[in-house]
Amino acid sequence: MQKKVACSFPDEVLEHVFSFIQSDKDRNAVSMVCKSWYEIERWCRRKIFIGNCYAVSPRMVIRRFPKVRSIELKGKPHFADFNLVPDGWGGYVLPWIAEMAGAYPWLEEIRLKRMVVTDECLELIAKSFKNFKVLVLFSCEGFSTDGLAAIAASCMNLRELDLRDSDVDDLGGHWLSHFPETYTSLVSLNSSCLGSDEVSLSALERLVGRCTNLRTLRLNRAVPLDKIANILGRAPQLVDFGTGTYGADLQSDVFSSLAGAFSSCKELRSLSGFWDVVPAYLPAIYPVCSRLTSLNLSYVTIQSPDLVKLLRHCPSLQRLLVLDYIEDSGLEALSSSCKELQELRVFPSDPFGEEPNVSLTEQGLVSVCLACPKLQSVLYFCRRMSNVALVTIAQNCPNLTRFRLCIIEPRTADFLTLEPLDVGFGAIVEHCKDLRRLSLSGLLTDRVFEYIGRYAKKLEMLSVAFAGESDLGLHHVLSGCESLRKLEIRDCPFGDKALLANAAKLETMRSLWMSSCAVSFGACKLLGQKMPRLNVEVIDESGPPDSRPDSCPVDKLYIYRSVAGPRFDMPPFVWTMEEDSALQLNTIGNPIGSEWEHNMKGIQGLRAQMPFVLYLAELSNTSQW
Amino acid sequence: MGPIIITFSTIFSKLPSLIPSFCPLVYGGLVLLGGGNGDASSGVSTDESAVLPKVEVVSEACSSYPAESELELGLGLSLGGGGGATGKTKAANSSWGECGRILTAKDFPSVVSQRTNNGGPSSVAVSGTKRAAESVSHESCSPTGASQVVGWPPIRAYRMNSLVNQAKAQRGDEGDNGIVEKDKPKDALKKRLNCNGKQTTVNEKGHLGFVKVNIDGIPIGRKVDLNAHSSYESMAQALEDMFLRSPNSVENEPLTMASKLLDGSSEFVLTYEDKEGDWMLVGDVPWRMFVSSVRRLRIMRTSEANGLAPINESNERQRSKPI
Repeated sequence: MQKKVACSFPDEVLEHVFSFIQSDKDRNAVSMVCKSWYEIERWCRRKIFIGNCYAVSPRMVIRRFPKVRSIELKGKPHFADFNLVPDGWGGYVLPWIAEMAGAYPWLEEIRLKRMVVTDECLELIAKSFKNFKVLVLFSCEGFSTDGLAAIAASCMNLRELDLRDSDVDDLGGHWLSHFPETYTSLVSLNSSCLGSDEVSLSALERLVGRCTNLRTLRLNRAVPLDKIANILGRAPQLVDFGTGTYGADLQSDVFSSLAGAFSSCKELRSLSGFWDVVPAYLPAIYPVCSRLTSLNLSYVTIQSPDLVKLLRHCPSLQRLLVLDYIEDSGLEALSSSCKELQELRVFPSDPFGEEPNVSLTEQGLVSVCLACPKLQSVLYFCRRMSNVALVTIAQNCPNLTRFRLCIIEPRTADFLTLEPLDVGFGAIVEHCKDLRRLSLSGLLTDRVFEYIGRYAKKLEMLSVAFAGESDLGLHHVLSGCESLRKLEIRDCPFGDKALLANAAKLETMRSLWMSSCAVSFGACKLLGQKMPRLNVEVIDESGPPDSRPDSCPVDKLYIYRSVAGPRFDMPPFVWTMEEDSALQLNTIGNPIGSEWEHNMKGIQGLRAQMPFVLYLAELSNTSQW
Repeated sequence: MGPIIITFSTIFSKLPSLIPSFCPLVYGGLVLLGGGNGDASSGVSTDESAVLPKVEVVSEACSSYPAESELELGLGLSLGGGGGATGKTKAANSSWGECGRILTAKDFPSVVSQRTNNGGPSSVAVSGTKRAAESVSHESCSPTGASQVVGWPPIRAYRMNSLVNQAKAQRGDEGDNGIVEKDKPKDALKKRLNCNGKQTTVNEKGHLGFVKVNIDGIPIGRKVDLNAHSSYESMAQALEDMFLRSPNSVENEPLTMASKLLDGSSEFVLTYEDKEGDWMLVGDVPWRMFVSSVRRLRIMRTSEANGLAPINESNERQRSKPI
């Protein structure tokens, strides 16, 4: 009966209806209604987000969603940003590109984060996808400007090329000249991470000049200040601009042409770059400041008064990234000038210094929180904090969704009372009911985790370092935080008990990272054996963990749910476990096919040289291949 | 009986991933002491290198668990910046009390706030028995003067490098309170304006002293952190360990256990690409000059390294010079 009702609607109508449903969550819900909806939905899903590239295999994705146009993949764990994940860990995108090249000839968008991308990948992309439009490589590595040249030369419909924070082997700026003279579709270019001194300025200028739809342009440091005016002159329609070097000997003609160029950019809303700033040149941007909503001054090493002078011109500012040179006084001024502020990030200028080099304390953050009612996202590095300050922040900013506090010295107590900061963070999670992301620091006992487990019901990502006293802490989090997706922990005394007791929880999360904690090898093995849908990976550079007693703690542990079973591209050091003969890398029939194997050959050749990831998993998993 | 686990983290290395040989350093060691269940038999004690005192480690099966009430957590010294590890002990930490014998940095006075020249792994948990007794040679204090936990504070690499360069400049600058004046006279020849001419570790890649290293025969490269070394020897040692030795001594080794990269006795030769794009033999210029001009490294087969400076003479000359 129900089947009849469902079928009475022609597929095309349903498909049309579904096309209005964009969010993944909703799409997933739709696909669960009934079989026919599942079928219809999967044929019309165009956009896929895969938060962990190892959670599923390319073939599985392609099998289910045959008509994808846009894919987003994330690779390495977040702590890779801080050098905690050794080189060669994984996150290779080539297998995905190789599969999609055949399966998705109409693929338009690829967005990658923390993945290893090679020039070969880029060439494959350039060759395989005729209508390719968007390439975002966020914190990726492994490729050079030669690969970019291939993209530039072939992708006639390219709209967006964003290399945000990637580690690119910059062989010089000539790749830009590979964009043909007939190419005009560029809308967004972010090459700010390129490190070479050389840049082909004429190619850049010509490119900018002919791409009249250009909205975002973020230059790299090699582009000198005196060229900005020229570039901006060709692209007055820019909305988002990142300068290169913003310093030079002060020359009035350079200054005035710069100021003129900025003032003609009526659409400009976001500025960044500003390496090597010469303060005297900053006023050149004053003409646009009143309209600015986003300002990234995180490379600007000028003193607070100069910063304040600039910020006073920016009443519409919603997003500010700045160094701690701004100091408490500057933040106070900011809070009175920029009432629209939604996001604030304050980075340390001298993170390893023994003594504070600037007068930036918890007061700066408090003053912003008191005066900026729209504040939602905070990333703040400082050297001292108090429970009172945190409670004040919590009570005045109940709309916080992201709160990341880094007190530079680990285990720093409340400087007023010398107590742990449990109560302060407890207030944060209690009052900020929509908190999605939280990073803890300072002296913290198990109590803070009790608060988190109790109140942080919408928390999706939690970062913990040098905190807690016992497994109870971890247990509170795993048992209490209903929305938790990502948990990353370092240097905390969490051991086996909480982990094993909450093993089922781990399947509801994307991933768990624990390093320098107290989880034993035996527990890892147990977890791997009992939880078939989890991949339990032990990273231990000191040698095979099975050469030590099972009770010895592992160095690093990365657990993630996966329907793809064990991965095969780990840095090659295979400690086989007794039951585990089938898990020899490379020896069992590779399910994805010989092509992939061929691609992996080079990586596998490194096995003997980079032996430190051990994979533990349930054997029976292999049967799903 | 409760499990007693001692973990040690080594924190001073910036080298990304490496060899298992390293110096296990105590820095904020964590000790879980099970109360009440008899005394832990002194299980295994390891003899570390001559530098480190004996480490007493007791480990037990992980299946038994102490009741929470019996757990006392004794923290090692506070993780602090500063040469003297105990220098910045917060008062609160002393309120934690310290139970039992906990190794603190006092036990390793020569080791704190230094980096091993091998720059061991980024963070290692050492427990129990089988630490190889590695000799640790200590270099002088790290350039920044603060002991650094790997990956802490959590600042991304590209940002770190920018800060490191400016911090180095500040130290060279008298009277500057962390602010670098940008209108100093600049090198007019440089297109790219390092307005602060004192950036010593200029690494165009924008990473904290990390440069890429490739070796002939293996497509995928590694990275080495030049900031973790203060001499050619130590860097070469690290590279040799990275590429030419396998702790696993596995079959089909494409590379032989080679001897020194710097003295020409290996089948490989260490070369680098400088800022101008030229490939040079490593070792010809003073270390600091090398660090400021190197873009990337390549370990080349000796047979291919023609056209570069002759190995023996210049290198030996350089090596005998204190750098």
